[in-house]
Amino acid sequence: MAMIEPFAGHTPVQAQRFSPYSDNGGTIVAIAGEDFAVIGSDTRLTVGYSINTREQSKLFRLSDKTVLGSCGCWCDVLTLTRVLNARLQMYNHEHQKEMNTPAVAQLLSTMLYYKRFFPYYVSNLLAGLDADGKGAVYHYDPVGHYERNQYYAGGSSSALLQPFLDNQVGMKNMNGAVPEAITRERAVAIVKDAFISAAEREIHTGDAIIINIIDKTGVKEERFSLRKD
Amino acid sequence: MALAELCGLDTQFKFNLRKNVIPMEEDIAQYTGNLYNSSQLAVPPYMNPAESLAAIQQDELGNNIRMHFDHGTTTLGFRYQGGVLLAVDSRATGGSYIGSSDVKKIIELNDYLLATMAGGAADCVYWDRVLAKHCRLYELRNRERISIAAASKLMSNMVYNYKGMGLSIGMMITGWDKRGSSLYYMDSEGTRTKGDCFSVGSGSVHAFGVLDSGYHWDLTNDEAYDLGRRSIYHATYRDVASGGMIRVYHVTEKGWTSISVDDCSELHYKYEDERKPKS
Repeated sequence: MAMIEPFAGHTPVQAQRFSPYSDNGGTIVAIAGEDFAVIGSDTRLTVGYSINTREQSKLFRLSDKTVLGSCGCWCDVLTLTRVLNARLQMYNHEHQKEMNTPAVAQLLSTMLYYKRFFPYYVSNLLAGLDADGKGAVYHYDPVGHYERNQYYAGGSSSALLQPFLDNQVGMKNMNGAVPEAITRERAVAIVKDAFISAAEREIHTGDAIIINIIDKTGVKEERFSLRKD
Repeated sequence: MALAELCGLDTQFKFNLRKNVIPMEEDIAQYTGNLYNSSQLAVPPYMNPAESLAAIQQDELGNNIRMHFDHGTTTLGFRYQGGVLLAVDSRATGGSYIGSSDVKKIIELNDYLLATMAGGAADCVYWDRVLAKHCRLYELRNRERISIAAASKLMSNMVYNYKGMGLSIGMMITGWDKRGSSLYYMDSEGTRTKGDCFSVGSGSVHAFGVLDSGYHWDLTNDEAYDLGRRSIYHATYRDVASGGMIRVYHVTEKGWTSISVDDCSELHYKYEDERKPKS
């Protein structure tokens, strides 16, 4: 009687995991001023310990007054921003005007919550000018809880940079210190310093920064190089 | 008939308008279903999302994908002769990271209705927004404000549809209606009860300790404000997941008013001075 022999060198069948998420790193920092907002992202995209690209901006210009910074699972970022852009375009056609920043903020929150049971793995920061022309920054959790802030750091270096911003912009817990209105030059300088520090100590952040400065004249873009290692 | 079809003339009237939209819009609509019906959330590609979502938080390389949602923490509310008092902290934690110290955990649904939030911040805020919409629609249809009982039941029934799927909500709904003031507690498990004194969240045990020792029906307004504030302060002192600013709201027949917003650390020194023996 012939024996059916197992194939030589064949490993037993293993159950495959369903792993739809990956963490592609990246950091976003945003600061709001009296009549402007500054938002910056690094340009490094990683998978595990590998660098996929050194020139991927994570900023998405939604209108002349609103810029979204989005990082985390890059495929989720692409889907989210694609749908958000389509929604804004539909709004433009329907109302013959651009959606203002607080409305975009609420729309994004609702869109994130739609996927409550299979969330987008994304850190979002929304920067722009509100209906009164004042600078605004909104930050989000993955399922759409959001809050308006004066400044925020999101993404892989958020825990590294938020304390820095709390100290330099928010002047938190300093006796007698009154946070003063931040100038545009200082806001940009702080964003640059923040990313230089992040690139020094965090592996998923580096290469370069793209900074968008939003004011009533529109959005200006600036580029700044970081360490490439 | 054939001619009509050839010309693309749709003779059947469709109530479901979304079937008629162009393919691009249909595609976008599939990613934003809750903009058409706010109670309709996306169906996940697995059963039992409460457990499955935790199981897939690892990428293909085996690295952990930590997904932390903001969580709310200590809230309290009580009824007394002067109306209803609510007091809350403002810390939002994602894991052990303090995501924000300035969260508004008392949500103003309309001029006569307030809700407090504990548990998942997005869960509370999203469903409160849906509730606010339903309350407004009720008002327009019936020409009178919705009762607190009805509002809390709407909320309770809405989230009950998602029971067991991982929503995390513990809230108090309060306000003033034609029956006077009332205070309801409800959560994502389906509990809904009316009562005079509640505290919700991880710091609630500490808050209750102070609250119960000072609570009685005949408190004056100032005594009530102080009791609420003090109870939350003591919760922020003992509970790591509570802190930030302490907000106090008061509900009367004229609607709600915001009484105070205080930094916990300033209250700490104020209460410490009070305890010092006077020489």
